[in-house]
Amino acid sequence: MTTTPVEQLVYQRPAALSEVHTHYCPGCTHGVAHRLVAEVIDELGIRENTIGVAPVGCSVFCYNYFEVDFVEAAHGRAPAMATGIKRVLPDRVVFTYQGDGDLASIGLAEIMHAALRGENLTVIFINNAIYGMTGGQMAPTTLPGMKTTSSPMGRDVETSGFPIRICELLATMDGATYIARRSLHNPTEIRKAKKAIKQAFENQLHGHGFSLVELLSSCPTNWDIPPAEALKWIEAQMVPVYPLDDFKSVKK
Amino acid sequence: MTKELLKGNVAIAEAAVRAGVEAYFGYPITPQTELLEHMSKRMPELGRAFVQAESEVAAINMVYGAASTGKRVMTSSSSPGVSLMQEGLSYIAGSEVPSVIVDVMRGGPGLGNIAPSQSDYFQMVKMAGHGDYKQIVLAPATVQEAIDLTLLAFDLAEKYRTIATVLLDGNIGQLMEPAELPPMRELRQTPPDWAVSGAKGRKKNIISSIHLQPEELETFNHKLQAKLKLIAANEVRYKEYMIEGAELIVVGFGTAGRVAQTAVKLARAQGIPVGLLRPITLWPFPEERLSQLADEARGFLVVEMNAGQMIDDVKIAVAGQCPVEFYGRTGGVVPLPDEVLATIAKLDQATLPANRVAALNG
Ligand SMILES: Cc1ncc(C[n+]2csc(CCOP(=O)(O)OP(=O)(O)O)c2C)c(N)n1
Ligand code: SF4
Ligand SMILES: [Mg+2]
Repeated sequence: MTTTPVEQLVYQRPAALSEVHTHYCPGCTHGVAHRLVAEVIDELGIRENTIGVAPVGCSVFCYNYFEVDFVEAAHGRAPAMATGIKRVLPDRVVFTYQGDGDLASIGLAEIMHAALRGENLTVIFINNAIYGMTGGQMAPTTLPGMKTTSSPMGRDVETSGFPIRICELLATMDGATYIARRSLHNPTEIRKAKKAIKQAFENQLHGHGFSLVELLSSCPTNWDIPPAEALKWIEAQMVPVYPLDDFKSVKK
Repeated sequence: MTKELLKGNVAIAEAAVRAGVEAYFGYPITPQTELLEHMSKRMPELGRAFVQAESEVAAINMVYGAASTGKRVMTSSSSPGVSLMQEGLSYIAGSEVPSVIVDVMRGGPGLGNIAPSQSDYFQMVKMAGHGDYKQIVLAPATVQEAIDLTLLAFDLAEKYRTIATVLLDGNIGQLMEPAELPPMRELRQTPPDWAVSGAKGRKKNIISSIHLQPEELETFNHKLQAKLKLIAANEVRYKEYMIEGAELIVVGFGTAGRVAQTAVKLARAQGIPVGLLRPITLWPFPEERLSQLADEARGFLVVEMNAGQMIDDVKIAVAGQCPVEFYGRTGGVVPLPDEVLATIAKLDQATLPANRVAALNG
């Protein structure tokens, strides 16, 4: 005789995600990115073997949201800190989680050299085109003409330069093995983002070297755009400047 | 064990290896580079981590990461490089991970030069990094001391979960002297319970220096200050020379202390009652002992290879009980014993009690 289960569990909190409320604003996709990383950690069964490196930025407290060992780095220095950890504990999985101000401005040297050295790390890079935590100043990723609290007339490329494309830049480096950009603006893209995150972690498990996944992410608060529209804004405004693609995927 | 002829920088590197350092991160800068070069060969030989970082900023943050795992780790640099490390040092102090930093000082400010100097005293002893903290500062005057204090730095860093630094001028880093290296120590097998290593069968560990609530940060600061008090009470070290019956006290560390020692010997030969106190720990400073000596002394002379930095701490200890004079050379100029001797003689004359002056004249 066969029995049919009355209930079937189809969705639950990943074990790698802590059972707490986050401090993120409503509609912020930092939380979506957290969930994807936690799901991947669960699926790969690496929760007890993983060490995370938190940045300075809105995700500074992400160590409170993951059930894994964590360190909290100085602004931009997460790749250096992760290098230190990975070099003494090479059999652990080490990942950094960094914003665009953190990674692409103050920490540009550290991320480039970690990639050049081919550090066997996974980097989750949240590009929301703005400095979220400090209240919406211009980031190196801010779009031309985009208004921020420190570019009130819109980013003027004559005086403030152009947006930086991190994936395209890092893909030129021999030490990098997997470099991909995805977006969190709709369920289809979120599923693709998860696949990329998984590959970036698997790469590390296989000892392939440096992997980075850039995620286009919303900041409704500092963009001053309601959450649902903010997702559309990513698609309409950010994706043309930051195309979604695999920029490097070295199969070893 | 036998003595070998060793260069200061190399001796420190090899002492660290034998103390069980498991990771070294650094960036080339004269006059400390031989230390990094020795590590680049020895660490891989032993299967330990060596990374030539892209900058001192990266190096100190690599130290921060590796130290968070509870392993023995270090970096070394010279003055401008140490300036770049200050933010990282403050984070390390704020999250209490044991780390060892070697500063082989050179002339400043700015790019200055590569000649020996002691002008990082303020930076190292008075904590140039932001926030309230102190780091242990050990100041060798010989290659042998450099070896011994490197070992001590690792032990103290671990014991107190603090930053321990070895502070030497380029002269000690570059000179060669016979010295004895310690035997190889066993590496620690299990990480300390606070370290990050993967949350296997335990709750997760977090290494962080952020406490957003003011009261929470104040509580942490109280705890940190209590620990620093304990270090100050337990770890003061200094050496004295001809201090018996000394009415004049010379104070100098590192190379300046060595030069001063020669000057004190010459002065004694001329009948001047002078002695030397050479601080080994610049923090904690031998304040109590100096204050004791000030009860009896006629005067103090502070000799430094800077424009006068440690003299502030000597003045605090002496607390106005007698004059505190200064002799210093800057820019990488090393003072000579004759110059110090002349200053001692002047101080002697200036502080002679009236009855003895009368006796001399009569
Ligand atoms: C050395 C240093 N400089 C500046 C700051 C202030 N600061 C904190 S977060 C931040 C920007 C973070 O922006 P981003 O990395 O894009 O992260 P987001 O908040 O957008 O997720 C800045 C400038 C700091 N904490 N440390
Ligand atoms: S400020 Fe922006 S990035 Fe930060 S939590 Fe709010 S929405 Fe998210
Ligand atoms: Mg941002």
